[in-house]
Amino acid sequence: MAIGEQASPSGIATCRSLGQHFRDAIAPILASKVALVGLGLVSFWILVAIFAPLMTPYGPLEQDPEAMNLGPSAEHPLGADHLGRDLWTRLIYGARTILVLAPLSVLCALAVGTTLGLIGGYFGGWIDEVVMRVLDAIMAFPVILLYLIIIVALGPSAINVVIAITIAGAPGIARLVRSLTLDIRTREYIAAAELRGENPFYIMFVEILPNARGPIIVDAMLRIGYAVFAIGTLGFLGLGLPPPAPDWGSMVAQGRLYIWINPWAVLWPSLAISSLVIGLNLFADGLREETMRYQ
Amino acid sequence: MENIKTPVLRVENLAISYKMRKGEVSAVRDVSFEIYRGEALGLVGESGCGKSTVAFGIVNFLDRNGRILNGSILFQGRELRGRSEEELRRLRGNQISMVYQDPLAALNPCLRIGEQLSEVLIVHRGLSKEEAYEKCIEMLKGVYMPDPEEMMLRYPHQLSGGQQQRVVIAIALLNNPALLIMDEPTTALDVTVEAGVLDLIAELRRKFDTTILYISHNLGVIAYVCDKVGVMYTGEIVEQASVEDIFLKPMHPYTQALMRCVPKLGESKESSYLPPIPGRVPSPTNLPPGCIFAPRCQHARESCRQKHPELREVVPGHFICCHFAEEIAEAEWQPPEGLVPELTTGGRRENASEPILQVEHVKTYYKQRGKSLISLFGLGKKQYVKAVDDVSFAVTKGHTLGIVGESGCGKSTLAKTIVGLESPISGKLEFLGFDILAPVSKRDRRLIKELQMVFQNPDSTLNPSFSVGYQIGRPLRRFRKVSRNQGRKEVIRLLEAVRLDESYYNRLPRQLSGGEKQRVALARAIAGHPKLVICDEPTSSLDVSVQAAILNLLLDLQKEYDIAMIFISHDLSVIRFFSDYVAVMYLGKVCEIGPAEAIYSPPYHPYTEALLSAVPIPDSSAKQKRIIRLGGMVPSALNPPSGCYFHTRCPRKLGDICEEQDPPRQIAGKEHYIYCHIPLKELCKMEAVVTLAKNTKGNS
Repeated sequence: MAIGEQASPSGIATCRSLGQHFRDAIAPILASKVALVGLGLVSFWILVAIFAPLMTPYGPLEQDPEAMNLGPSAEHPLGADHLGRDLWTRLIYGARTILVLAPLSVLCALAVGTTLGLIGGYFGGWIDEVVMRVLDAIMAFPVILLYLIIIVALGPSAINVVIAITIAGAPGIARLVRSLTLDIRTREYIAAAELRGENPFYIMFVEILPNARGPIIVDAMLRIGYAVFAIGTLGFLGLGLPPPAPDWGSMVAQGRLYIWINPWAVLWPSLAISSLVIGLNLFADGLREETMRYQ
Repeated sequence: MENIKTPVLRVENLAISYKMRKGEVSAVRDVSFEIYRGEALGLVGESGCGKSTVAFGIVNFLDRNGRILNGSILFQGRELRGRSEEELRRLRGNQISMVYQDPLAALNPCLRIGEQLSEVLIVHRGLSKEEAYEKCIEMLKGVYMPDPEEMMLRYPHQLSGGQQQRVVIAIALLNNPALLIMDEPTTALDVTVEAGVLDLIAELRRKFDTTILYISHNLGVIAYVCDKVGVMYTGEIVEQASVEDIFLKPMHPYTQALMRCVPKLGESKESSYLPPIPGRVPSPTNLPPGCIFAPRCQHARESCRQKHPELREVVPGHFICCHFAEEIAEAEWQPPEGLVPELTTGGRRENASEPILQVEHVKTYYKQRGKSLISLFGLGKKQYVKAVDDVSFAVTKGHTLGIVGESGCGKSTLAKTIVGLESPISGKLEFLGFDILAPVSKRDRRLIKELQMVFQNPDSTLNPSFSVGYQIGRPLRRFRKVSRNQGRKEVIRLLEAVRLDESYYNRLPRQLSGGEKQRVALARAIAGHPKLVICDEPTSSLDVSVQAAILNLLLDLQKEYDIAMIFISHDLSVIRFFSDYVAVMYLGKVCEIGPAEAIYSPPYHPYTEALLSAVPIPDSSAKQKRIIRLGGMVPSALNPPSGCYFHTRCPRKLGDICEEQDPPRQIAGKEHYIYCHIPLKELCKMEAVVTLAKNTKGNS
């Protein structure tokens, strides 16, 4: 059969190298100035956290009785707290915990929320009703109250902070994923998969989920920001990591008692929290704008 | 009209480009035409050829990134280019009106029809409310709206698609514009509705002497509406002449190819072959240096690739953009004599083979919650949408059953019921002797493998996240347990079966054109060697030249793998071309079923007759009775009429019997059944709606 709409050999390279994939993936970040600023702020904290021991001569729990509640000085560039612990040291060690806990708790929330959202959206009917009503019930609680109840019930620890944020965050993610699923499941490739007799979980996780990833990733970036904030709040309320761990929230709480003598002890951790949250939000916003533009 | 010297619209050397990321892309080049008062000029071409851009360019309604590079637009002798936005706005309201494809998008959903109509007169003419109302009623009568007073009070969603388009046309005509630009005004409508709107446009031209620029991809529609036609290809007019010349003596190779690749109503796969246009439309960023059609042209010579031809008048009134127009016109390309029987399926197979799919009295209803408060709690009377209502037929091995009907007649639901994506509430479904009433998730995998489907929308038929190779390989691994390294070989074999090559293996769907996507979808469907493939409008969103290629491919695959097919389409010509048997559906019921040639000749079911007479035919040698028009709307399937479902619109209604009793099944011939109260003798007396001029050249 020589006659036919012959496939034209077009210029599109068929084998794409790994480098090209990477370049494609970061293209939207580089295209947006907002995202770049956000990325800068976030990577500052990440680098600082990774190289914490190299960036300070002190340990996070080390006390210097000479420097108690003193402002910035040559020995202590950001000052020291009421026990004479170096604030910069505590900040960068605090960054370590928060930069592990926040993404971890969002990942957990993502796993739970995505699964529930996919199940609700794909199966529909009474399964959807039950799942969504339960999630609605959770969402009806004020978030802070929910954190309090969970932490009080489970006791303060890093793991329990993750659990609390997971439970509070999952319903929102589930709603987002469900709405995306409701849309994607009407596409014809889903019908084609059903006609191959694929099992529902293959359809949900392999056919639907990859096509919903854009909005989910952007949402997750924003959520890491909220999680940083939530961990700070829990720390401030004394429900975060138990002392004397260097936790930004509890640093603010402790510094608050001496705020008239040494405002630095409150200022620095507060700034740390807000700069990280703003960085993550800017990054997510820039990313969203760029991905929207491509659509 | 020769006494009026200045054309209403004269476009000269118009060039329009769009700013893209990659730089300026030229969308329209060197387009010139003129329209005199009372004339209708049609612009025809495949998608992306710049038809709409020309229309938008005339009223400077381009997207923000578009701009007119060159040329002049003279409207009633005055230059339009360089006018201020305000002047143009006034002009658009008073002198030039536009009608777009989607009527619902053109009407404001929260204003009543009356307000939208009278607004035009109040704003542009300064009429008082009462005067405007009078005029509007008159205009609605003019576009044959039933009950205009009542219509003025309705909201757009309370009108049918055809009525909405009538309202849009009425709004466009209210100011008695000097020029009416219509951009695919009937593309979104069903054939029977389309026929009504086209009649209206033709009538309006006679009555108001309106000048029309009519844009469409459908040659048949153009042939019916216009006096002059411009054929566009990638932003240039390649041929321009009167309707008769274009359709009887097309001279440009592209026009000729375009005409040949559309199945004519009445042609079948045994008697003819659709030669597709090879290659694909060049991207506007990478145009060939010489003649733009040269890479796909069968007559192309070396000089075509070097030098760009000018649009020149070959015969008086007939402009062609081709170096060799004179020679080509005479040597009209036909498939070589010996090729036809080889290309076609070579006559019908023996009918003896037993049915592989049997559908008996199948009903698929959708539950609909009532509107009352009680039904909110699930207590009210349940209502059902009767999407498929008591349908019976059989499909035999290796044969094709075509299902045709207007939108909402239950074609797609029937397909979904058979493959198991919807559950019927009653009836019998038997496939290869096994009962397949169960939904697809409960069917045996071996049975699933034998029954596959090809979908309508090329953009959503492939999963955008996975490569072509993976998506074709998946059914292989599931159904045939092909090992991984063998799998790749098998996928490439399948790609070759659908005329794609190995380079497509790693591509993602977004790197494919619509036709290529549909080919991949086909490869995926036949990967498991199914016995029955259901094609749900597989070509309706493709261009005609691509459609021809896909139809040929389907025929080849059917022959090679001996696949039975159910082919669903709203296009009667395609159905006739492709099918051995045809079922005509209306409101969830089959009203006529039988061998294809029997359906297209008398006796007809009155609905079939109306459908056939509504199809626009791009062939002036064919005779068509264009008098049967269906009035009214398709009734709701939620509450179908009693008796014969078609009685509310039937032009041949007998009387009370049609409203009271279900129509009996009448045997009109071998395997040909008509569900109608009219006695068979009467039905046999009907005239044939379409008579094809016998074209002996193409027949084997």
